[in-house]
Amino acid sequence: MQSENSSVNTEAKKIQTSKVPPSEGFREAFLLHLADTTLILTQRNGAWCGHGPILEQDIAITNITLDLIGQSRNFYQYAAKLINESSLAPSPVEKAGDEATEDSLAYLRTEREFKNLLLVEQENGDWAQTIVRQFLFSVYQYFLFEQLQNSKDDQLAAIAAKSLKEVTYHVSWSADWVIRLGDGTDESNERMQKAIAALWPYTGEMFMQADYEQGIISEIHLLKDRWIEKVKTVFEEATLAIPENIFMQSGGKNGVHTEKLGHILAEMQYLQRTNLGAKW
Amino acid sequence: MKISIQKYYYGDFGGEEKASGEEIKKTTEETAWPLWEIFIRSKQGLDHKHAGSLHAADAAMAMQNARDVYTRRQEGVSLWVVESKYIHASNPDEAGEMYEPAVDKVYRHPTFYEIPDEVGHM
Repeated sequence: MQSENSSVNTEAKKIQTSKVPPSEGFREAFLLHLADTTLILTQRNGAWCGHGPILEQDIAITNITLDLIGQSRNFYQYAAKLINESSLAPSPVEKAGDEATEDSLAYLRTEREFKNLLLVEQENGDWAQTIVRQFLFSVYQYFLFEQLQNSKDDQLAAIAAKSLKEVTYHVSWSADWVIRLGDGTDESNERMQKAIAALWPYTGEMFMQADYEQGIISEIHLLKDRWIEKVKTVFEEATLAIPENIFMQSGGKNGVHTEKLGHILAEMQYLQRTNLGAKW
Repeated sequence: MKISIQKYYYGDFGGEEKASGEEIKKTTEETAWPLWEIFIRSKQGLDHKHAGSLHAADAAMAMQNARDVYTRRQEGVSLWVVESKYIHASNPDEAGEMYEPAVDKVYRHPTFYEIPDEVGHM
């Protein structure tokens, strides 16, 4: 999972020995978790641009991806505001030499600092795998934002309410494809079942509460019940089976990732890290 | 003695029929999703207008594709999709007898009275 080089260990130590009491940075951490998750899925889905199976679906997946980067920016901007207002001084601020911005948070944080879900960093694979990843994630996001739109934090509630409309469409689009491919030909069904087997171990993490989610997501078990109910309904219609007794991977929420994230960040952050502040 | 002559063209590996592209055209027609015509109502009170066409496997997918391809810049509030094969068009060759007789009948235009502003779009 985590490569054992020295710089990574220093990062890890820095997080652990932070003088800030943990609860103080909870809201910032939660926002970064939301922002990182949507950003990494954006980066993954973005690779389909110009390569979609047909023109219309190329546009569809790119549209969804644009929604996701919009959400991600909202979360980063809000997180940056809170970080600058608080006494917290996370590493991007030190590195960039001035205030945290949406860009410094996206481009100058390391693998251990990224709090995205493991599910979204998994490979695109074939169209089936991309569809399954999008569906499992969008259904989760739907029920999550449904809760968050009632948050006491007005700004977070507003972002969630706005995003919920977008996500509603993502769910309907991806569910439609799950049914088409699952209930399609022998080959499409087989590919879908393979994609589900590959991604299912990364779904458990969505419902394992991280420290910083306490007090913000009040009923994570409810989230899980609703998620599994929706997934079951769609899978049944698609004649797809849900894997049973699978060991669930976790760690993404706390910065412990699969080996894939390092490669994503290397590609995504390269330009900003070699030419700090570069614009286009 | 039987002599058969085969003509070869540049890049040609399968006789004249293959080289003409007929075969490729046939397989595309067989495998491609049907074509759909898309109509968009840009705001309440206006008519649906033809926006273009796209490929989709069925009506539901055509609707989704239309949403993604044609309404991403706030172009519309309502969509119609019609499979292109169900649209029957007039023949351009008959344009003369079809439309030209109307040219000199200006009295058929409703331009001789004023429409009150309250009527709005007509």
